[in-house]
Amino acid sequence: MRSSAMRDLMAITARPEVISLAGGLPDTSTFPPQSFAAQMTRIAQKSAAKALQYGPTEGFEETKDCILEVMGAEGMLPDPDDIIVTTGGQQAIDLVCKVLLDPGDVVICEAPTYPGAIPTLCSYQADVVQVECDEDGMQVEVLEQLLAELRSEGRRPKFIYSVPSFQNPAGVTMSLQRRQRLVELARAQEILVVEDNPYGLLRYGGEPMPPLYQLDGGDFVIYLGTFSKILSPGIRLGWAVAPPPVMEKIVLGKQAADLCTSTLTQYFVREYFAERRWQHYVNDLVEIYRKRRDTMVEALRTYFPAEATWTEPEGGLFIWATLPDYIDTSDLLAKALRADVAFVPGQAAYVDGRGRHSMRLNFSGVDEGEIREGVRRIGKVIAEQVELYGALTGEQPAPKPEAGSPPNVVPFRKAGEAG
Amino acid sequence: MKVAVLKGGRSLERGVSLRSGARVEDALQRLGHEVLPIDAGPDLVQRLVAERPDVAFVAMHGVGGEDGTVQELLEILGIPFTGPSAAACARCMDKVQAKDAIEDAGLPTPDWFAFNQTAFRELGAADALGRLEETLGFPLVVKPSRGGSSLGVKFAASPGEVPQALVSAFSYDDRVLLERFVDGRELAVSVLGDEPLPVVEALLLEGDRYDFEARYEIGRTRFACPAELTPEQERAVTDVALSTYRALGCTGFARIDLILGADGPWLLEANAIPGLTDTSLLPQAAEAAGLSFEQLVERILDLALKPATA
Repeated sequence: MRSSAMRDLMAITARPEVISLAGGLPDTSTFPPQSFAAQMTRIAQKSAAKALQYGPTEGFEETKDCILEVMGAEGMLPDPDDIIVTTGGQQAIDLVCKVLLDPGDVVICEAPTYPGAIPTLCSYQADVVQVECDEDGMQVEVLEQLLAELRSEGRRPKFIYSVPSFQNPAGVTMSLQRRQRLVELARAQEILVVEDNPYGLLRYGGEPMPPLYQLDGGDFVIYLGTFSKILSPGIRLGWAVAPPPVMEKIVLGKQAADLCTSTLTQYFVREYFAERRWQHYVNDLVEIYRKRRDTMVEALRTYFPAEATWTEPEGGLFIWATLPDYIDTSDLLAKALRADVAFVPGQAAYVDGRGRHSMRLNFSGVDEGEIREGVRRIGKVIAEQVELYGALTGEQPAPKPEAGSPPNVVPFRKAGEAG
Repeated sequence: MKVAVLKGGRSLERGVSLRSGARVEDALQRLGHEVLPIDAGPDLVQRLVAERPDVAFVAMHGVGGEDGTVQELLEILGIPFTGPSAAACARCMDKVQAKDAIEDAGLPTPDWFAFNQTAFRELGAADALGRLEETLGFPLVVKPSRGGSSLGVKFAASPGEVPQALVSAFSYDDRVLLERFVDGRELAVSVLGDEPLPVVEALLLEGDRYDFEARYEIGRTRFACPAELTPEQERAVTDVALSTYRALGCTGFARIDLILGADGPWLLEANAIPGLTDTSLLPQAAEAAGLSFEQLVERILDLALKPATA
């Protein structure tokens, strides 16, 4: 379980006067209410009894057809029998842990990793080992060394958890070369990789990358997807794709957990996809989020002090900013909350207390004006701490870079670089 | 009886306060009272005036609720309330004020120095750090003057770690104190009315003692109540706690935190409104004294309504 002090701080971020860059919320305000009303009306008229009834544990075939469309958009073509519909992507993570993990099992994930995966992994008493990311995602070379070290201790990870595209929280994307190497490693050493891909279709720049699942063909990669970021997190619909022996266990686990995923929201997705406009809606979201990302990057350049660095993601919902090592972002959050602005302290993305000088900033949940104002407020509290540290040590704050000079995008050290 | 339960507010300890409040509300309902839950916000006075509760149960922690602000309003409105008076709350909340009062009463508290940000930003106080570090020795503890839980409390093991610890502590308050570190057992004495409850000891299960966060992480700290103390130790600890309670002008209840070192007890701070959640120390101490949570809540209400005779 995580520090309750931090959990309490996060509870305050929900106050209405706080500009929260802490959430991971997609913007659901652009979904047309009249079309929502029409879809739900059609369900009531055509299939009320079925939509209000239990459904199959694996999910409806029609829901799987929608999932096939979404996965097809990224070049994947799984066997529908390998798919299970889950109550959000979070349940998919939970089920994978439930069926694969025994207490003390090693799980490898990225450093930093998705903060929401940590309580799940910890509740199954996994021994979590984190492999550093750089701007090309998880450092697969480091992973290789780690696997060798574990092997020499007679240990084998149960799985490797990765968010390869527009990672939460770092915003980085794994390079093609590393993806290929990771899949090779998994195959050669017969280790499962759990690929969590909630943001793959939210790309604002650069070239699409093949998912690990596509590269591997689904032998050693378990794939997790969700409708949360392309449609709605409120409908709680996600899915897992796994090879038959694992899937059998997942189905049993799902049965024990909640029998089946909400039939009503599965019907909603079916109706929605029947309109054949889902990709247009994703494109609309991409346009909105691209502007918000640009606004946040611009605001960071304007308002963050020269000592700060950050990632500039090509997609997804998050930017990861790193401050000088004398600023603890959990403490900074207390100060930021007095200025009515919130972020996620980097510590939430580590199991071992690292990440204390970093923060996750979300750009999808609030509009451009709030993004600019939120970043300005955070920049101000950071600048005050930088100045205070200067007064305490005699260190001068770094000068602001000239306009037009390269921005502070030095997200992570490149693998193998000194320093 | 109509009891308003004041909880939440804007403090950093809002989460704990909401849990304390919810538990108190349940207990009050079981005791047959009419409960009026209020999440303290801009309409607080309006609601209190409109509803006219017989008594207010203050279940707020941290700045805004535990520092006398809400108590001052209740005093003005003439509504009896639980826990210490506005003035006592203000004294307890501010560690510098509290330590001054403790020292004035001739009670032992570790040596300290207090600074506000202006001293560092405008008056070059950094140049005095070396001298006070010499006086206090290492490790030393850096704390925000006003703040609850372990928020912003840092150890500095060497001079190089002091600036960073100060930056963290100043995130919570404009005034911080640097305090001599006292090695020993961590004890808490809750006082109810004028009676000390059994002593609670915090035992760190894993992680090192300089990690304040460990104390608030489930599974890393265990609380023993009553603490295993010799009768002499227990008397010494209870005596100084009770004297502190009185020196700070507390009434109703409060929790006194101290360290039992090799040379005796050292007082750290007083909590005017200690937590009332199911893992909090005051309810644990009450239970060890044979009081159920309902009985504890009833007793706290009695003390608020008839402070003179209680």
